[in-house]
Amino acid sequence: MKAPAVDYVRPKSLAEAVDLLSQHPREARVIAGGQSLVAMMNLRVASPGLLIDISRLPELSLVSDDPNAVGIGACVTHAAIEDGQAADPSRGLMPRVAASLAYRAIRTRGTIGGSLALSDPAAEWPAVLTALDAEVVVCGPGGKRSIGCADFTTGVFETALAADEIIESVRIPKLSQDARWGYLKLCRKAGEFASALAVAVIDRTRGHSRVVLGAANGAPLVLDHTSRLLSNGGPEPRNAVAADLDRAADRHFDEFQRNLHIVAATRAVRQVLQ
Amino acid sequence: MTAIRLQINGADVADDVPPRLSLADFLRERRNLTGTHLGCEHGVCGACTVLVDGAPARSCLMLAVACDERRIQTIEAFADDPVMQALRRNFHQHHALQCGYCTPAMLITARDLILRRRAGSEREIRDGLAGNICRCTGYTNIVTAIAAAAKELGTEAANA
Repeated sequence: MKAPAVDYVRPKSLAEAVDLLSQHPREARVIAGGQSLVAMMNLRVASPGLLIDISRLPELSLVSDDPNAVGIGACVTHAAIEDGQAADPSRGLMPRVAASLAYRAIRTRGTIGGSLALSDPAAEWPAVLTALDAEVVVCGPGGKRSIGCADFTTGVFETALAADEIIESVRIPKLSQDARWGYLKLCRKAGEFASALAVAVIDRTRGHSRVVLGAANGAPLVLDHTSRLLSNGGPEPRNAVAADLDRAADRHFDEFQRNLHIVAATRAVRQVLQ
Repeated sequence: MTAIRLQINGADVADDVPPRLSLADFLRERRNLTGTHLGCEHGVCGACTVLVDGAPARSCLMLAVACDERRIQTIEAFADDPVMQALRRNFHQHHALQCGYCTPAMLITARDLILRRRAGSEREIRDGLAGNICRCTGYTNIVTAIAAAAKELGTEAANA
């Protein structure tokens, strides 16, 4: 189908974009790459009255690289991350994830900030950035604030972003040299949304170990037992994953999903321990 | 209506467009560039793939207003492109199409794979084509044709 009628504006600065958004909090939608929003408009699932195009704001395409962390602007595309055009704090994890995300013709337009703002439960970045302990820097009428990724996505397509706030960047702590990661996405063909998605990260130097599931019927699911097992270098992760899933009864996994999640998390942890 | 100026296949173009108009419909209905095809109109089938500033993009998921000042290339743009010439010849020789609906975007995607050195193996080509759906061929001859073109062009090594 075709998108419904809509107004369009391309502000010249982030401050102007925030101002426009706060003037039209109900009918306006922020558009960056538009790779989900335009599809939703074409399907008539979304009918915004006003599109605020932030894709060309220079302050949202910045990449900063300091000794402890890398900041990636909200409008940096998946393809730029895949191609190594943005500094990589994750020792290869983020380029690998970007390359597994949808198709190249989507990755060239779709942005890391857009993926977080939509927080599709099957999307890669909310889970991966939670595993990396990243922070989302958001800008609103009252200024900037930081939200830990683990608290940013609050449910299915739900986030901690206020109606008048725009994501400015993601700040990702750098993994140490001895850090290791595992990543497994299960889907029926290359580029599909995940049926199951697991990320495991261990960074002993920084005392960080975290295993996170995506496509988990809600916000990314941090597996506490499994994360502890990862830091202890324990033997077989399968039982720990199963115990974590037992504690997540509110996600209502059916038997098939449960098995997929167990397989994904177990294999991601094994990649780390190997 | 919003005024836009952009470059399409090397020519400067100015027009007034309603913001809801997709780049695909702009190309087809306003510019008569009907080689860009529309299948699903939500980013899944890949038939509408064009180049925006040199990179492949779904023209059904881009609004024409957002293409202001951009450089667009459609399948009509590649008459003299050596990679596209090799691809066209091999698609012909290997019978890589039946109805032809997916073919323009298959060619644009294949050209991008070859230029990015991502056509080094059958697996790599199949992964790279995952976003372009063909309902006729079963993909075998398309993959064969792209592999042959890549070999001909000397870009088969993944990291050449």
